[in-house]
This record gives sequence, structure tokens and C-alpha cells, in this order.
Amino acid sequence: MSMLKVENLHATVDGKKILKGLTLEVPAGEVHAIMGPNGAGKSTLSYVLTGRAGYEVTGGTATLDGEDLLALAPNERAARGVFLSFQYPLEIPGVPALTFIRTALNAQRRARGEDEIAAPAFLKLAREKAAALKIDFEMLKRALNVGFSGGEKKRMEILQMAMLSPRFLILDETDSGLDIDALRIVSEGVNALRSPDRAMLVITHYQRLLDYIKPDRVHVLAGGRIVASGGPELALELEAGGYERYEKAAA
Amino acid sequence: MSVTAAIRDRDVAQLPSKRDEEWRWTDLRGLIRILPTPSLAFRGDVGVGPFDELVTRVITLVNGRGEATIDVPPGETAWVALRVISRGDGAHSARVTIQVGAGARLHLFETYEGEGGYLSQTLLAISLAEAASVERVVLAADSPGGVSVSQAEVSLSPRADFAQTVATTGGRRQRIETRVSHPGGHANLRLDGVYLLADKAHADLTTVVTHDGLDGLTEQLTKGVVRDQARGVFQGRIVVAEGADRTDAKMGHHALILSDRAEVDAKPELEIYADDVACAHGNTVGALDEDALFYAQQRGMPETVARALLTEAFVGQVIDRIDQAEAREVIRAWAAERLRA
Repeated sequence: MSMLKVENLHATVDGKKILKGLTLEVPAGEVHAIMGPNGAGKSTLSYVLTGRAGYEVTGGTATLDGEDLLALAPNERAARGVFLSFQYPLEIPGVPALTFIRTALNAQRRARGEDEIAAPAFLKLAREKAAALKIDFEMLKRALNVGFSGGEKKRMEILQMAMLSPRFLILDETDSGLDIDALRIVSEGVNALRSPDRAMLVITHYQRLLDYIKPDRVHVLAGGRIVASGGPELALELEAGGYERYEKAAA
Repeated sequence: MSVTAAIRDRDVAQLPSKRDEEWRWTDLRGLIRILPTPSLAFRGDVGVGPFDELVTRVITLVNGRGEATIDVPPGETAWVALRVISRGDGAHSARVTIQVGAGARLHLFETYEGEGGYLSQTLLAISLAEAASVERVVLAADSPGGVSVSQAEVSLSPRADFAQTVATTGGRRQRIETRVSHPGGHANLRLDGVYLLADKAHADLTTVVTHDGLDGLTEQLTKGVVRDQARGVFQGRIVVAEGADRTDAKMGHHALILSDRAEVDAKPELEIYADDVACAHGNTVGALDEDALFYAQQRGMPETVARALLTEAFVGQVIDRIDQAEAREVIRAWAAERLRA
């Protein structure tokens, strides 16, 4: 059974139709890439799946393990394992990264009826995960993302992902703003999370990221719908031929 | 116009009104129709104050009874809690004189603790000799029915260090005023404030700093969170007099308004008559950042938890500046309790 199942999804932003009948299935254990031109609705899809205010669903369904995602508040979706790595991670002045992550982790655990994580266990986990991502532990005592470089912010997203251990991961343009070394570190972090009971949706404009995070399937999103799907070779074809013919098909 | 004269003469006409420019947002004359009778002495138990455990001397002034004097001899260090307590519906005023000798240190933890519908006034005269140092932390917990005015006149000497943080939940009307005479001479001044207002609370934080000499430093940061029908007032004036060259003054006031019916009035003023001066001020009034809120929710925090975390962080940037660690934690816990409610 597919973990994520999106059927005929329609959504508007500020009254403007962005998603126009999007259908997509991602089975557990698989990594799917969503590629498409600017304005195709890639970020809208990530926000609709995570429940951001202002992204109004006007038709269709989205389920995670058969449960209606769209009926849940953003934090309830997170507690069920939905994680979005933001294209532009927010700066949170005055909240140390460790405090932010611990608050989020404990909120998720409470929502699932689990005990809160004890402080020593939390710190041990944070040290391990930070080391794997080559993040200086001292940085986690600073306000989250405030004054961090683009690459540091993306690494911080992957660190949160590793700490929260989600089941369904959405990576929105995770490669933007990353140099080649940072891209490698971030990709290794993501690949370490691949497992038979997790699924990932990798949203990207360029094929480059997919050299590092190898997808099982590639979908082309244009004009608010999936207009083509295929194996990893589809990404290479897009890199060579561009999106033009898909944009025409969508129009 | 003065609150002192109004209470002494039992004459409402002498109360400050909105026609006085400095009191335009805290109109006592318009509020109080009949001046309350003088407060009776209170014989009951006033319990312990929030800072009692941190100090070696506790001064308790109840319903304006008693004159308090704090005198720190040169070179010595003192830890004092000053509790200004109001009980009942009468009018009263208290006077406090504080002298800190050359090179001496004073940790002053001041509380306003009220119950009832009183009119209370407190006058403080604080003087710092050369290289003296004072940290004044004020926790104002007036009652929702109380009218309270606290006015401090602070006089600095060269190389003195005066740091103040006012934390308040307001009152029916509440004004906490600090006037500082700053001689420059590498004296340092910090004047901070946090106001957390709910229901119909009103808090007015007014400061006036006059720089009269070379090389003075002033730093001000005030943050507020207002909800319901509460009203926050911030008036900050920094005057750099002629000849007070090389003054460095920074003023910031930032408020979050969490309801349509809440109000914040802010008047930051810099008057500069000197040369080679570095002065900056910033003033913002707005709502919580919705993008940051969604980010926190996406990571699993329920909206209420996310809001509390972000608002605590917002005012936490002021609280972090309190030097004395235990007092800082008292204020932090106070803020957390108010914001998580």
C-alpha cells in the first residue's frame, strides 16, 4: 500500500488556482522526485501537504497510511511523521536550536502518547546527529538559524529531520544555496534516513540533487498536475531537454 | 501637577491629566473623580516577597508607612529587597532614599505588590557616587484595580554603572517613571523594560535620560506583549546636551499586539545638541511572525505551544540582559507563567 496517496488534488492561493488535479502515490521505502518549472506548484504541494494557512484545498484527497491528512492541524501531521525541509528555513530569534528541537520532539511524543525524552538522552542524540552532519555543537546553543549561512540552515533542517525521525519526508529545493561540499553532507544526511518504512518526496528544479539522492521514481509537475512519471532516467532527460514540452502539454 | 500634591491635599485637580504632554496616555485626572481617603495602616500578614531569599535585607513599606533609606558605604556590597505593598482602597505615598558610595555595589530587587483599588505613589531618589554600581530589578505586580505611580530620580557620577530592568503586568493605571541625570565620564546606563499586559491592564514605562558630559553610554531595550483590551505606553526620551560629545545612546522598543482591541502607544525621542554622537533608536509594533509560527507547528508544536515559545523568546531577549543570575531566573519564570496562561 502506498504511504502517501494524493488524488485529484486542487488548491488555491489567494484565490488563484495552483494545483489542478494532482495525483501521486509514494509507497513506503521509496524516494520520489518532483521536478518542474518555476511556478508549476512544487512549493504549493509541500505546503498543502503540511497544512500551511492560506493554501486552500478546493478538491481531492491526500492520505498518509490511509488517514486523511487534510483534516489534521499542522502539528498533528508532524506527530504522524510528516516533515518538511523548508526551501527557506525560518530564523527564530531568542530560541536556541536545542530548545526548539527539544520542544518540538516532546510535543510530538506527547501527541503520540509517549513519554518526553530525558535531557541526557536528548543531548546525547543531538551530539551524535550534529557530529554526523559536521555541525559544531556550540552552534546548537545559538538562536536557531539566526545569522546562519544558507548551507548552515539546510544542515540544520537535516539535523532536525534526523532528531525528529519522521516517516514521510518532503525536501523542498534542499539543494538551493548549497555548494558542492554542503550538498554532499546534506545528501549523506538524507540518505542515512532511507529505510523500508520511510518515504521521501524530493522537490527540485535541477537534476543535480538527484545525483546524490537517487530517486526510485521521477514525476514532472507542470501547470498544477503531474504530467509525466518515469524512472531516474526521466530526470536526465529533463536536464537535457528542459521543461518546455511539458509546459506546453500542461497548458 | 503632581501626584504627591494631589494625595497630600486630597485634591484631584492636582493630578496629572491628558493635557500634560508627558501624561497624555496616562490620564489620572480623567480617571479619578474623587481622591480616595488616606490609607489605613495594614496590620495583616504580607507574606514573603519573590526576592527575599536572594538578599540580606528586606525593606517592607505597607500603605506608604515608613521612610526607607538605603545607604551603601564606599567599597561595600549590599543586597536589598524593597517591597512596596498596597492593601485596600485608600491613597498613600512612600519615599525611598538610596545612596551608593564610591566604588560600592547595590543589588536592588524592588517589588510592587497590590491588592484592592488603591492610589499609590512611590518616590525614589537614587544617587551613585563615582564608580558605584547598581542593578535595579523591578517586578511590578499591582492589582487590576490599583492605580500606582513610581517615580525614580537617578543621579549618576562618572564611571558609575546603573542597570535597570522593569517587569510589569500593569494595573488599572500604572506608571513607572525613571529620570536619569547622566554626567558622561564613562558612566554606563542600561534602562530595560518588559510589559506583559492582559484584560484591561495599563502600564506606562516612561524614561528621561539627560546626558550632560562627555563619553556617556546609554542602552535601552523595552519589549511588550499586550492582549485583550490592555494598553501599553512607552515614552523614552534621551537628551544629549550641548557639550556632551561622544555620547553613545541606543533605544529600542518593540511590542507584540495579540488582539484587535489592545493598544500600544510609543514615543521615542532623541534630542541631540552635541557633536560626534552615536544615537540610534528603533521602534516596532506588530503581531507574531506567522511564518515562524507555521515553521514551529510543522515541527510538531501545537499552536499554543508555538505561540508561547515565540513570545517568551521575544521578551527573553530583554530578560537575558539582567546581570544577576537568580533575579534573572525569577523574572524569566514570571514571564513564562504569564505567557503560558
